[in-house]
Amino acid sequence: MDAGRTQRLVEKIHTACEHLESVRLMEVCGTHTVSLFRSGVKSLLPECIKLISGPGCPVCVTSQGYIDAACELAQRDDVTICTYGDMVRVPGRSGSLELQRAGGAKIVVVYSARDALKFAREHPDRKVVFLAIGFETTTPATAGMILEARRLGVGNLFALAAHKLVVPVMEAMLSAGEVPLDGFLCPGHVSVIIGCDAYRDVAGKYGKPCVIAGFEPANMLEGILGLVRQVAEGRSEVENVYPQAVSTRGNPVAAQWVGQVFETSPAIWRAMGEIPSSGLDFRPEYRRFDALEQFDVKTGPDYEPAGCLCGQVIQGKADPSQCTLFAKSCTPVQPVGPCMVSSEGACAAWYKYNRAQS
Amino acid sequence: MTGKQVTDERIILAHGGGGESTRQLLSGHVLPKLANELLNPLTDSAVLDVPAGRICLTTDAYTVQPIVFPGGDIGRLAVCGTVNDLAVMGARPIALSLAMVLEEGLDLRTLDAIMDSIASAAKEASVPIATGDTKVVEHARGDGLTITTSGLGLIGDGVSPAMGRVGEGDAILVNGGIAEHGLAVMSAREGLGMETQLLSDVAPLAGLVAVLLESGCDVKFLRDPTRGGLAGVLADLAEGTSMSIEVREADIPLTPIARHMAELLGLDPLTVANEGKLLAVVAADDADKALAAMRDHPLGRSAAVIGSVTDASPPLVELVTRAGGRRIVQRPYGEELPRIC
Ligand code: SF4
Repeated sequence: MDAGRTQRLVEKIHTACEHLESVRLMEVCGTHTVSLFRSGVKSLLPECIKLISGPGCPVCVTSQGYIDAACELAQRDDVTICTYGDMVRVPGRSGSLELQRAGGAKIVVVYSARDALKFAREHPDRKVVFLAIGFETTTPATAGMILEARRLGVGNLFALAAHKLVVPVMEAMLSAGEVPLDGFLCPGHVSVIIGCDAYRDVAGKYGKPCVIAGFEPANMLEGILGLVRQVAEGRSEVENVYPQAVSTRGNPVAAQWVGQVFETSPAIWRAMGEIPSSGLDFRPEYRRFDALEQFDVKTGPDYEPAGCLCGQVIQGKADPSQCTLFAKSCTPVQPVGPCMVSSEGACAAWYKYNRAQS
Repeated sequence: MTGKQVTDERIILAHGGGGESTRQLLSGHVLPKLANELLNPLTDSAVLDVPAGRICLTTDAYTVQPIVFPGGDIGRLAVCGTVNDLAVMGARPIALSLAMVLEEGLDLRTLDAIMDSIASAAKEASVPIATGDTKVVEHARGDGLTITTSGLGLIGDGVSPAMGRVGEGDAILVNGGIAEHGLAVMSAREGLGMETQLLSDVAPLAGLVAVLLESGCDVKFLRDPTRGGLAGVLADLAEGTSMSIEVREADIPLTPIARHMAELLGLDPLTVANEGKLLAVVAADDADKALAAMRDHPLGRSAAVIGSVTDASPPLVELVTRAGGRRIVQRPYGEELPRIC
């Protein structure tokens, strides 16, 4: 990377901010949260820019009820859980999946939905439940897994599905109007799938600038510069500083896979409750893959671990450091809430990379 | 496959029974490759003549999946790991022990290949396998093969790298590209398809350390960053010395392929495991000399000075990023896992 280029961008951002007292920008996605810290970009910005982490860490937005349902399934002798690694350590009512595993439950960490399908085919004697969480970046993989399982006639694979959609939650937050925001730094990888057009209402109807950026430091700086300029000039547009990867319409193949298996549905978000049209549920033809239905489990009520502010953190209502447990009784070694567990979580990023907390 | 072939080609429980099968296993597959004066008598213990001075003793247990990975295998890992634990104490390894727990069903060709790499790693490090043991456990109880090695080393006169000697201004060096072992193993385990491009760095560091110690530099501290990565060792150093450390991301050796893969997996390369890396802290005035000495050695061709010890407070490890920003570096929790999207 060209340090001179980032330096020039930083200078431009400072110039663009000259007449602004404060600019509150939300990075929607956990990958941006981590990249902004890890690359040191956060430390280069003028003080008037406040970056707020949004509801874009897949593990963090998953309701506690889902974690409890996963733990309940894990306790069944005939079930093997296949899950992304980050989910394993999230504490639930009866401990985490990690604890269940220590007690003999069969829990396998996978890196992709495809691995869960592979595992199910290699272990026909097990009922394999894939914990299908995440945003538009992971849904096509889950849909692909299910389409392939159906094609191959794999009967022992199921998904506990809680996929979520990025734009509806942005709109829900804006409708609620509880968090003052001046614009959104939109995630490159999600936007590859959904396209620039998806943010049209956020910029148009709600009047909040949206800039789509990748995760390279210079590209994130370009995104922030775009946002600050829009704010300074009173514009509100969808801007794409990551055009190599993101198109206007997104990825039609991914959309087609997802649309074949899932339909839009209300979804429960941690601490935010049910948000209409913000999640995906199985279409009737694919219900036989639905772990909830096949095992007759229910996702219980959502609740916060005692003292944990994750629900506030993911909505940008609180910084991790405002949580009284942060870096005291809640650390990556002994996490209390999902925001400290997940590698994409705001609390984990603050803890790992932010000098101020130490 | 017939029963006979099974016993011919795979480890069976009888190989661990102490009888004729055990003898055949040892004489056919193990001992010939390791032959040396200390081992050959096959006495219950090896007998060594040791000159007067200080001796180092270390031991380590090795498990890895898969047991054969791009750039190495568990055998090479078990030799190098223990050699490196001695080397970073400033010791010259003089003997290793080797205890292997074989799982029933292990392919004997795999065992042969692993014995070959144990022998060649020991030769590279100029250290004999002086004594050893093998046991066999039932199928599905042993992860294929686990190995424990112990090592004895001699510490030369006047050599005393120790954290307590580290002081403000000291230079921090590393001998080459980081994160390669962890990424190579992860790639092989998960079938990420980068196995041909990314090899583990597993290597014995005793030779490199000897060159550095003989260069006349004031070597204050040595460590081989394995699990926990460079971040773990730097955090230990800051904690142990109560001093701060500043490292420059742009100067930390990292191959483009390793960087790309870490990015893909959402991992911080600083926290990914190495098995052939040496972190050295030397007096500031000796930095250039130490760098030249390292670069002269095959394992130090891409060595670099990556940062220095400072008196900033509170004691932290700070990284100056490629982008010119700053952030702190912490010891990772357990194994870092790839991100979800
Ligand atoms: S610091 Fe821990 S307890 Fe507090 S909000 Fe974050 S995850 Fe929850």
